[in-house]
Amino acid sequence: MTLEDIVRETKTYDCLECGKCSSICPIARYNPAYSPRAMVENALLGFEDDLVGNRELFSCLTCGACQLRCASDVDYPLFIQKMRALASGAGVEGECAHSGTVHSLIRLMSNPGIKQNRLDWLSDELRTVSQGEVLFWVGCTPYFDPIFEYSGVQPLEISKSAIKILNSSGIEPMLLPDERCCGHDMFWTGNVETFRKLAELNAAMIKESGAKKIVFACPEGYRTFKEDYPQFVKIDCELQHITEFIAEAIRNNSLSFKELNKKVTYQDPCRLGRHLGVYDEPREVIKAIPGIELVEMAHNREESICCGTSAFTNCDMYSKMIRVERLLEAKATGADCLITSCPKCQIHFKCAMVNKGEEKGPDIEIEVMDIVSLVASALNSK
Amino acid sequence: MSEFEPRIIAFACNWCTYAAADIAGTSRIHYPPNVRIIRVMCSGMVDPIYVLKAFEGGADGVLVAGCHHQDCHYLNGPDKCDAMFEKVKRMAHALGLEDERLRRELISTSEGVIFARVVEEMVDQLKKLGPSPFRKELVA
Repeated sequence: MTLEDIVRETKTYDCLECGKCSSICPIARYNPAYSPRAMVENALLGFEDDLVGNRELFSCLTCGACQLRCASDVDYPLFIQKMRALASGAGVEGECAHSGTVHSLIRLMSNPGIKQNRLDWLSDELRTVSQGEVLFWVGCTPYFDPIFEYSGVQPLEISKSAIKILNSSGIEPMLLPDERCCGHDMFWTGNVETFRKLAELNAAMIKESGAKKIVFACPEGYRTFKEDYPQFVKIDCELQHITEFIAEAIRNNSLSFKELNKKVTYQDPCRLGRHLGVYDEPREVIKAIPGIELVEMAHNREESICCGTSAFTNCDMYSKMIRVERLLEAKATGADCLITSCPKCQIHFKCAMVNKGEEKGPDIEIEVMDIVSLVASALNSK
Repeated sequence: MSEFEPRIIAFACNWCTYAAADIAGTSRIHYPPNVRIIRVMCSGMVDPIYVLKAFEGGADGVLVAGCHHQDCHYLNGPDKCDAMFEKVKRMAHALGLEDERLRRELISTSEGVIFARVVEEMVDQLKKLGPSPFRKELVA
């Protein structure tokens, strides 16, 4: 794909140079070297080398805040994804956070010949079946567990809680023992070849499993299956995010909760919110738990601010500043707990709290919890 | 068909294990030539990505070796290395790699014999296990 194709496909040529994208962009507010408008302008002028060689190409969070404001409907996140694919073809890569451990694991998973031990954490109290209609997509949590332990995140708790919720609503999900990463991070860092391999492996396994419905506890996997997989593979299943599933179960009265006294606020992950438009279900779920008070942050729903890093690239001081700002916003609501529905949001926020640095910064300590952990802790034990 | 020759990447600390490998050489102790030694300044600087990259590149086994505890040229490199190794072992296990493909050893400067023995043992074990699942493409 050439720069010209990218401009055409993402409707970049419609740009009016109004600059709304740069004024809403969370990165541009802190990083003077980054401007979506300048990126688009460079693309329109055909300065391919400038774009491909620009470190800031990998700074974009692809959070979609700019797209929402754009009067010309330029698909900026997709523009960035395609530009990154162009750059990675030229051997340019972003700076990977955590030394690129996550990316390396994903690349290793794209190998067809492996037999993983990714479900060791399953215990007897979590009921699963080897053949069934509902497939629970575990995602990368078994791999995140050792990597992010240092910040007190327990990614596996999210998967365990999700299965508990499914069990309580009368569903025993099937899990794939050799599930691969959905490839979200590969797609968004421009490594389309690896993404294609992962997509094909996953699609074949899902087809073989005979699943009719896939439930995700991770918005990135959900988005990737819904929006990106159709261009590469065919998945013949109903797709549902766990919050949508829980909301439906609450409406059908198949879940009941005990009282939980907590004041919480909710972070909309970009993939679930702006990318897929799921704003109401998570709120419906939180409000359904008796005793819980939900307060909104100054920026919520469409206006929500990203957690500061996406696809584990270019995590820098600006990412940190975004995180601190968001955590302060959460604290300003007076909530005791920040609820999110994306494992990565939790990882990034907790990392910011752990790596505060030597100097005395603002107090950003707040409990961060995944929505499924909250729901699981409120379940009535049967 | 020729016998499978495993490829081992060894991360060896400059002050102990690398010197031990050197001693093994100068003392003319024979050990299999399947190991590629990468000298690092301290075993504590080995990051999980080094190990994962080795497997990505087609290694069949990875050895991470350095000074004994309390014997670090710096302060607490071996402790850091232990913590890192625990993490990477869990990742490797989840990926389906056998435990024997990863080895952590404490080998001091004078222990050239031990270095040679460790490599020999690893080569034997890896020959039994066969090529790493991530190497299949390269072999075929």
